[in-house]
Amino acid sequence: MSGFRLPQCGRIDRSRPVSFSFDGTVYQGYAGDTLASALLANGVMLLGRSFKYHRPRGVLGAGSEEPNALVSVTRGPGRFTPNLRATGVEIYGGLTASSQNRWPSLKTDLGAINDRLGMFLPAGFYNKTFMWPRSFWERLYEPAIRRMAGLGEAPTEIDPDHYGATYAHCDLLIVGAGPAGIDAALEASATSKRVILIDEQDEPGGGALADPALWPWLEESLKDLAAAPNITVLSRTTAFGYYHDNFIGAVERLTDHLPHPAAGLREKLWRIRAGEVILAQGAIERPLVFAGNDVPGVMLASAARTFLHRYGVAVGKRVALMAAHDSGWLDIFALARAGVAVAGIIDVRESVAAPLLTEAEQLGLTIHLGHSVIDVHGRLAVKGVTIARNNGAAAARLACDALLMAGGWTPSVHLWSHSKGSLAWRDELGAYVPDRANEQTRCVGACSGKWNFGSGLVLDALPTPRDPARIKAFVDFQNDVTARDIRLAVREGFKSIEHIKRYTTTGMATDQGKTSNLNGLQIASTALGLPVVDIGLTTFRPPYTPQTFGALAGHAKDALFQPTRKTTIDGWAEENGAVFELVAQWRRARYFPKAGEDMHAAVNRECRAVRASVGIFDASTLGKIEVVGPDAAEFLNRMYTNPWKALEPGRCRYGLLLKEDGFITDDGVSARLAPDRFHLTTTTGGAARVLNMMEDYLQTEWPDLNVWLTSTTEQWAVIALQGPLARKLLEPLVSGIDLSEQAFPHMAIREGTICGVPTRLFRVSFTGELGFEINVPAAYGRALWERLMADGAAYDITPYGTETMHVLRAEKGFIIVGQDTDGTVTPYDAGLDWAVGKKKPDFVGKRSLARPDIAAAGRKQLVGLLTDDPADVLEEGAQIVADPAQAIPMTMLGHVTSSYWSETLGRSIAFALVAGGQGRLGETLHIPMPDKVVTAKVSGMVFYDPAGARLNV
Amino acid sequence: MLLIHCPYCDEQRAELEFAYAGEAHIARPDDPAAMSDEDWQYYLFVRANPRGRHHERWRHTHGCGRFFNAVRDTLSDKFEVTYKAGEPRR
Repeated sequence: MSGFRLPQCGRIDRSRPVSFSFDGTVYQGYAGDTLASALLANGVMLLGRSFKYHRPRGVLGAGSEEPNALVSVTRGPGRFTPNLRATGVEIYGGLTASSQNRWPSLKTDLGAINDRLGMFLPAGFYNKTFMWPRSFWERLYEPAIRRMAGLGEAPTEIDPDHYGATYAHCDLLIVGAGPAGIDAALEASATSKRVILIDEQDEPGGGALADPALWPWLEESLKDLAAAPNITVLSRTTAFGYYHDNFIGAVERLTDHLPHPAAGLREKLWRIRAGEVILAQGAIERPLVFAGNDVPGVMLASAARTFLHRYGVAVGKRVALMAAHDSGWLDIFALARAGVAVAGIIDVRESVAAPLLTEAEQLGLTIHLGHSVIDVHGRLAVKGVTIARNNGAAAARLACDALLMAGGWTPSVHLWSHSKGSLAWRDELGAYVPDRANEQTRCVGACSGKWNFGSGLVLDALPTPRDPARIKAFVDFQNDVTARDIRLAVREGFKSIEHIKRYTTTGMATDQGKTSNLNGLQIASTALGLPVVDIGLTTFRPPYTPQTFGALAGHAKDALFQPTRKTTIDGWAEENGAVFELVAQWRRARYFPKAGEDMHAAVNRECRAVRASVGIFDASTLGKIEVVGPDAAEFLNRMYTNPWKALEPGRCRYGLLLKEDGFITDDGVSARLAPDRFHLTTTTGGAARVLNMMEDYLQTEWPDLNVWLTSTTEQWAVIALQGPLARKLLEPLVSGIDLSEQAFPHMAIREGTICGVPTRLFRVSFTGELGFEINVPAAYGRALWERLMADGAAYDITPYGTETMHVLRAEKGFIIVGQDTDGTVTPYDAGLDWAVGKKKPDFVGKRSLARPDIAAAGRKQLVGLLTDDPADVLEEGAQIVADPAQAIPMTMLGHVTSSYWSETLGRSIAFALVAGGQGRLGETLHIPMPDKVVTAKVSGMVFYDPAGARLNV
Repeated sequence: MLLIHCPYCDEQRAELEFAYAGEAHIARPDDPAAMSDEDWQYYLFVRANPRGRHHERWRHTHGCGRFFNAVRDTLSDKFEVTYKAGEPRR
């Protein structure tokens, strides 16, 4: 037992004891404790096992810089959080925490064999060793390594918690509520600025919380801030990222510190846009690099002071200090004054400031100047240290149960770096400090390099008489990187810190090297014989500390991940048992199974009905654009491949839209309602893209054209009525429109009323049957649908879904853009030469159709495929070859784009993109599948009623 | 998230209201048919991709819907100016 609770000091609430468990053992702490302070108070020094060597590890720091003491916390089913820093986990009644990366137990961990083999596990070991045979990597090496090396387990259950999000705007955002941040807020409280002050800890104060002399000031200041109407203080809130134009992401932790189940949101994401940002993030103390600097009980001197003053915990009963900086002396003085026995002050410097020596003498402390710790004794906890003069002479052993390290300070420039502010090296600090700002921001206090902790010696590692190649002196505690690893990387030829970092993984753990980066730089600098500034600096990137996916995702998951668009007829489909599919963001009925039917049976029945009587289909999702203006026809003439100027009002035309590169991007049937008005339709998925493209040309290329474009997709409900009996069903319901073949031919539009509702009635067909597409104002969609269903009962009316629509259109050789085309298909490749207005001087994409590669022979072209065995339905996406006996890898001619069982034809049909396909009509091709090779003949694409006899009736 | 000034709305708004639309001042040729394959290829595919001042187009998609031009420094990611479509290159 090494740590203990002191009788008086600390900010914890001793009137409120709290029980919690760690690795199944119940302990007691007080309200205000963190898991780390409460465990130390109970004498628990061993909190985890390291990533690679499974070394026993304790607490190194007292805040978010902590690299070692990572724990998992369970808050009930689905509420498991790994890799939390014990120094940031507030205890509450019933807290259940456990250690990580150990088996079978924290004290007896079989993985620790890695530590004995450490000589054989240098930087790059895995890459160098497990290279051969290659196939073993995925199956054997990697899983084995992953089992051995690691952090906490990933949660396996769905997270039941709720997470909120908000936007906030302020004139001034202050990050960090230490003395510098609070001073900045107080200053702003006298202004009219809207101010937000955020701090990651459970109470504001930062470093002041570990300095009782500042507590009266702190209390007074917080009262003033609370009284200031223009200041919002957010505690337990981490500013994790600084983005463009003073946009800061922050996560507020709302309920993790409360006994569960706690009501309300777990966390809240703040997206803050600030006029000015003041960064007051403070500084992080640096560890020193020496053998055994990771044994539980070796920790940062400033952390020991925090545990003492904030939590009333002594980190040991007999504590030694290893210092290279004055600040550690002040920390050990604080411990000595609180009654903790001090084993001695060891300072690598030959001389220190006289006031420090005087105070140490007054406190009766033993001082070893010009000495360094060269070894730490004890495995699960510190038992003592061996010190030696810096020249290696006169080794001595001191008994102690904790060793404090004071290696100097590193300004926290994380958010400053996110904002792309530049940094300047300061030799006397051995650190980078903020230089030129890139945003409206400035740093105040310790993170700007200003502090009053005294001065120190900057060094890469403590001197030692031992062979540096045979000791483990840790630089990056979380990723288990030693000074030896970095020196090895340099010997192997790595010169830039960016490469050294990636090779050794130093600074790449979840703490992003908060305690390790500058030690790593110094060691590389010494090994390379170059100044630190010449070997580069790695860049901090968001997040400052790890954040939950839940906070970032918020409610954007499951049904709310993206909008589901539903037509006005969707409800009827749902009530009538439709199976749905998502098309773009639309939910569309795929088929309507009757009892006992699978998809195959349902689709066959729906197909038969459309061909024999009448089918009804919800086509409301079709994109619709109203094109209005005196130049509307001219505009469409320039956009589409087809000629539009001569189209008479009342007629429809199939339009094919290319991009400027000549490839098909969309298609659809459009109607001319009047000389200056068109009703365009687009594919369901292409509506927004097409409107954007048209707006682009209209606004920027042809602003002289007088045309207005309006999206009307959601204004119209569209019901397709298809089949030989469609007219009979429709006729009694329509007024003002003569439905006869003579008055209303195929590819025409008429306006009138249906059931008293205004309609734009299209006579069009995507099925090859006599067909109508009835457009009514969206609100009437379902009523009209139900009326048609009721009246259609006499004609065996059958609702059909997208699957049947696909089969019927394929039987007629109609393509679907995006399924049968993929952005590399021209109108010629698709066999749509007839849709290209060759006499037009220009349209979007026309010039590209004459590019050499597009005019060349051998391009992939759309063709039909008929399998030799009519029962074989090809798989969409299957590859096509000329000779299945050729050696692998085979020369692939193309692939199947659409494939169905055609109930109408009693056989399978398919489309395929095949190299030189239109020249291969009648040729037999082969489609190798895992279990067999399918043979098929190349055919035309129209499989049913090529003359259109069923249409023009 | 960038703040972008829409020259039509004359307001500085968040990036999520806008959509990037490629390099600016690449006018569609008046008579594409008269162009050589090489010139047409340059028009279609070749872009400046400068290190520094970049003339580019944005659309205020979730605002006024207008396309406009901007000069943005590709190193600092800062906008120098935005201006209406059709105005001379800045």
